[in-house]
Amino acid sequence: MTSGRRNTELGLLVMVVVITGAAYVLASFGRDSAMPVNIGPFLAALCALLLAGNIVTRKLAPEADPILFPVAALLNGIGYVMITRLDEDLAGFQALWTAIGMAALVGTLAVVRKARDLANYRYTAMVVGLVLLVLPMTPGLGREVNGSLIWVRVGPVNFQPGEFAKVALALFFAGYLYDKRELLAASTRKLGPLHLPEPKYLAPLLLAWGASLVVMITQRDLGSSLLFFALFVVMVWIATGQARYLVTGTLLFAGGAWFAWRTFSHVQDRVTTWIDPWQDPYGAGYQIVQSAFALAAGGLGGTGLGQSGKVEFFAAETDFIFVFIAEELGLFGATLILMAYLLMVGSGLRIASRSDYSFDKLLATGLAALLGLQAFLIMGGVTRLLPLTGVTLPFVSYGGSSLVANYVIVALLLRISDESIRTPAVQRRIERAKRAQADAELAAKQAKADAKAAKRGRRSSKASA
Amino acid sequence: MNRQIRQLGIFLVMCYLALFVKLNQVQFFGAEELNDHPLNATKVTQAFNRPRGSIVTADGVLLAESVPAAEDSQFDRQRVYPQGDLYGQVTGFFSFKYGASGVERSYNAELTGQTFQQQIDGLRDLLVDRDNVGDVRLSIRDDLQRLARDQLGQREGAVVTLDPRTGELLAFWSYPSFDPNLLSVENEEVVTATWDVLNAAPGAPLRAHQYQDRYFPGSTFKVVTAGAGLRTGTVSNTEPVYPPSSGYVAPQTNIPIRNFDGGACGGALPVILAQSCNTAFAEMGTETIGGPGMLDGAQAFGFNTDVPIDLPAPAQSAFPTDVASNPPKLAQASIGQNDVQATPLQMALVAAAVANGGKLMTPHVMREVRDRQGAVVTSYEPSTWLEPLDPTQAATLREDMIGVVTNGSGTAAQVPGFEIGGKTGTAQLGDGQRVHTWFIAFGGQPGQVPSVAVAVVVLNQPLSGTGGGTAAPIAQAMLSAALTNPAP
Repeated sequence: MTSGRRNTELGLLVMVVVITGAAYVLASFGRDSAMPVNIGPFLAALCALLLAGNIVTRKLAPEADPILFPVAALLNGIGYVMITRLDEDLAGFQALWTAIGMAALVGTLAVVRKARDLANYRYTAMVVGLVLLVLPMTPGLGREVNGSLIWVRVGPVNFQPGEFAKVALALFFAGYLYDKRELLAASTRKLGPLHLPEPKYLAPLLLAWGASLVVMITQRDLGSSLLFFALFVVMVWIATGQARYLVTGTLLFAGGAWFAWRTFSHVQDRVTTWIDPWQDPYGAGYQIVQSAFALAAGGLGGTGLGQSGKVEFFAAETDFIFVFIAEELGLFGATLILMAYLLMVGSGLRIASRSDYSFDKLLATGLAALLGLQAFLIMGGVTRLLPLTGVTLPFVSYGGSSLVANYVIVALLLRISDESIRTPAVQRRIERAKRAQADAELAAKQAKADAKAAKRGRRSSKASA
Repeated sequence: MNRQIRQLGIFLVMCYLALFVKLNQVQFFGAEELNDHPLNATKVTQAFNRPRGSIVTADGVLLAESVPAAEDSQFDRQRVYPQGDLYGQVTGFFSFKYGASGVERSYNAELTGQTFQQQIDGLRDLLVDRDNVGDVRLSIRDDLQRLARDQLGQREGAVVTLDPRTGELLAFWSYPSFDPNLLSVENEEVVTATWDVLNAAPGAPLRAHQYQDRYFPGSTFKVVTAGAGLRTGTVSNTEPVYPPSSGYVAPQTNIPIRNFDGGACGGALPVILAQSCNTAFAEMGTETIGGPGMLDGAQAFGFNTDVPIDLPAPAQSAFPTDVASNPPKLAQASIGQNDVQATPLQMALVAAAVANGGKLMTPHVMREVRDRQGAVVTSYEPSTWLEPLDPTQAATLREDMIGVVTNGSGTAAQVPGFEIGGKTGTAQLGDGQRVHTWFIAFGGQPGQVPSVAVAVVVLNQPLSGTGGGTAAPIAQAMLSAALTNPAP
């Protein structure tokens, strides 16, 4: 089966190869004034991975959105070029993780043939998500890195379970809300001026709030807890269509934030550093101050790939990688990164709005919001638009868990997209018939109303006469 | 649902728009300010791998050079300072983590060959393989710098010696100082630990006390008061004659200003300057000259203005601006107390201006920049910074300061065969337990423009210390060495 969409994707992937390859060569020239020694194998591996992705989607999801995968690959490629520049060993691992991530994408597409089937596993997803969340707290497994307890070590492999937990929780939220959204939308209880749904349906909201607080407190991971909570509030709002959930969620979050700020010194430190990093420019404020210097050094056009002055930079390959990109590629390059994420979020939301199934809609919206919010949180954090919360920059940062989890997200979006386009013709006809019936009913109603209005009009004209 | 999805999309676009605006602010509109920020080591880090010229004294002693780094170093070069802490506050340090200070900072462009002149010369040498860097030769004399260190010993304080005719600094020492070597190595742990130790050390060794710290100038400030009187025409060597007094009470107060020994003194300007008479100078500032004249006079000598020295971050010496409406404060300020604060460099410049016919030359440490072949690329052109006195007024004050050394409180500064003028100062600190002892002076061949000016401050001395007894002998040694062994 030939597909125009897959050919579009192939064209975009060729551009990704050209851009990534050029960046790889330029970065090597910038650093060592020489061609990279492994340019041949690099290009071969890059082409093989991208081509494999294209071929597999031709088979498994031929009508899926053609933009998502190339944009993810481009971000992944730029991230890889920056990591090579920072640390050759890490770059080797990142290449391996990229391959595993692609395998995860293929595997997800192969296993999940209908996204809405996943709704049946909502409670399994919840359990998996919660287990993954508490895993770092398990003695003997958890490892504290830079003050955050978000790592787990199994044998030689370190991973961040939180990255997978967010996908599992998005699945659970979508499944749960798909089930209960009518019940949540109805308000049966009154508490002062507030109309509330049955407490037992409200419980999950409070549970999510509590869980995010627990994550924040025990793992000192502000970014992930904020992300979980925002994800849930957004999905409840999308499902019920009621803005009061946004208001309640924001209030709950404000309360939680205030409590955390009052109670924990590391939260206070983050906020203080955000407000004025210059107070302690060599201590708490060091990273933010150095980030500002690096961004300024980048200016409009950047220092050029491989030419950054800040090689010795704390967490440069993970949380602060965006600063490096913005330094070496300047405001122009940083803006391109922003646009790449907007493109991904836009594609995700378009997929959601085109889908015919509520569960698919909810899941796609949740996943797109996850990508968009996570990228915004960390880019806003390192530029001091927001307080710094340590989350990875999707597809760009070094890290296997993050890469694999994000490719799974892309796979799920591709699956939903493919389904929404390939809804069988029969389905379409039924839909059309339903619409026609609804239109007819509406027309009948309208006619009735017109007749009534006409009657009233006669009466009033009589009165006026 | 689609309506909410659209709204979510709009919200996320707004988030990214805010991020875009923030990036514009940091990377474009605010970039220049951040690039020039004193804590910004980006330029230094880039410069760390670049060839870099040496820093040498006027008499050719090597102060700083770049040598090939160890094999396993992340950098190609390593900066070393063979003289240890002797020139720490002059050359400054060159650290990839903490940036640069001193000459390393202010002459970074010259040292790395980035000035326009050097770039033009570099184009000519395009086909020849050599480093296009500049060697900075200072005006500091190694013999005088060493003497300053030996004289001050382990007492906190500063010794500034300069040529009044050009503004060239000849010795520029303060204790405690620091060794820049450990801040400039490649090992980040060593650099950080050194930085922390130096920041916690008593006496703040990282600060160049000579020009970055301010102290109460005490009676040395009477030279400025006298200068203000001469400028306004209200004071001469004969008029007014202040009657002997043991306590001057300013308007709006009943607390008298006393003399140093508690006794009575008075007379015309030459006498009261030689005796350092507090009561007479307090009255002179408060009633003869008045607030506006005093403020104007102090600012004419450089107070309340940044000194245009060719070293980074000089402190501004301060004279209170609200004295016109506050006579008790004016009375105290006239004898260098209350809110008057001066850097040792500032007080040396006061003596230099008097010596140089009223012209205060811009102080500087750089004499010339040479390329690697020894050819002079640029040399410092002396310039007048301020003109607080006209030649007649300066000659009058010069005679009066010579009187202080001939038969006043500063006899300890005499150098046989040379004409020396000076002024003592002893500033009691707020706790009443310690004093800062000062001496400012100039000296030269009799009848000629003096060729050396000195300011010495020895800080936190016991109450028995005086400017004439503690600081003047150091100034004497500096003057004697500089005059009997002229510049190379």
